[in-house]
Amino acid sequence: MRFKNIFATRGGIIGVGLFIGIFAALLQKWGNPGNMGICVACFERDIAGALGLHRAGVVQYIRPEIIGFVMGSLMAAYLFKEYRPRLGSAPIVRFVLGAFAMIGALVFLGCPWRAALRLAGGDGNAIFGLLGLIIGIWIGTLFLKKGYNLGRTQTTHAAAGWMLPLIMLGFLILLIAFPQIEGQNKSGVLFYSLKGPGAIHAPLLISLGIGLAIGFLAQRSRFCTMGALRDFILFRQTHLLSGFAALIVAAFITNLIVGQFHLGFKGQPVAHTMQIWNFAGMALSGLAFALAGGCPGRQLFLSGEGDGDAAVFVLGMIVGAGFAHNFGLASSPKGVGPYGIPAVIIGLIVCLFIGFTMRKRIA
Amino acid sequence: MSTKVDARGLSCPQPVLMALNEMKTENSNEIEILVDTETSKENVSRAATSQEWKVTDVSEESGEYKITIRKD
Repeated sequence: MRFKNIFATRGGIIGVGLFIGIFAALLQKWGNPGNMGICVACFERDIAGALGLHRAGVVQYIRPEIIGFVMGSLMAAYLFKEYRPRLGSAPIVRFVLGAFAMIGALVFLGCPWRAALRLAGGDGNAIFGLLGLIIGIWIGTLFLKKGYNLGRTQTTHAAAGWMLPLIMLGFLILLIAFPQIEGQNKSGVLFYSLKGPGAIHAPLLISLGIGLAIGFLAQRSRFCTMGALRDFILFRQTHLLSGFAALIVAAFITNLIVGQFHLGFKGQPVAHTMQIWNFAGMALSGLAFALAGGCPGRQLFLSGEGDGDAAVFVLGMIVGAGFAHNFGLASSPKGVGPYGIPAVIIGLIVCLFIGFTMRKRIA
Repeated sequence: MSTKVDARGLSCPQPVLMALNEMKTENSNEIEILVDTETSKENVSRAATSQEWKVTDVSEESGEYKITIRKD
């Protein structure tokens, strides 16, 4: 029995990783913040800011890449008859995991995608984040081996699976209806940044187009940065890992070519040097992603193919971003936020609680 | 006599874990695994092949897949 899906082959996943790496680095060249060509956590945080769910003035923008990820995946799923509306696998737990995954990511200042891009841009602090990510996922695999699971999903109405894609479409309509007005931090219902990462972005159509392409390819290839490490730790499988590695290599080479590679620890774009908390923030994130079954990108792609539980995780991340900035949990280039450290500890306790208590045998 | 693993409604990596566990028990040299996403189908098939089991049949019925694997 041969796979019909060429993107699910080794060459396919590597090709998708290369594509993402090249275009993520180019998005920086075309206007996105440093080492942040694509950062699912940062971009969802910017969306939360644009909607006013937090009021950190420097991170407010409806990021078209996120919209593209979901819509691109939806298109691929329909085109290849893989759209499967499903939900009901402990959605509230996924919401909580999403919120803490975001909080951990904002203590580090990036999701696994950005950790990879930071490394590819020469940011040494990313090494501590990636180590934390590996440890967090490793803890997650221990729970998986002990029978941790969130239960089965059920098939649902096709329209139930459209909810997150429709929300994303709504965001796109808002972005078009209320474009940024020069020098103003508000346009209609949306907030915009006048400075900081939220004010730095590639043109809408480029961001959206690359987002759609990545969403499409990632749905076909099942690209997942958490799964990459999880499958290697759990099964010694290198399939997804080869895609993640390809992303890093492609971004590194592209950065070298366009002059975006700057090796060092200090003064890296949107990064801090408190290594224990770079490590611990990402460990929290990694554990939450492992318990939820996908990295933040993968959760968007799953949402596009009808997975309502993944959609709840995404909403958890967006709400988590609101808390992260309202409560002073998120880090800044100066270091961790005033309440970032206790938030990471609480998050780890919550994730361990979920891991230890949710091992009901599958009926 | 084949054994059955029902991994419908479960997402990665559960179907793979369940299939691998069943392979390890060596209760039978033929296992039928039920999954309901294309991704799980690919992942289970890939895991079986890596354990030197052969995917002998994949049948689809109303969005569900039955993967039959064998070890001789």
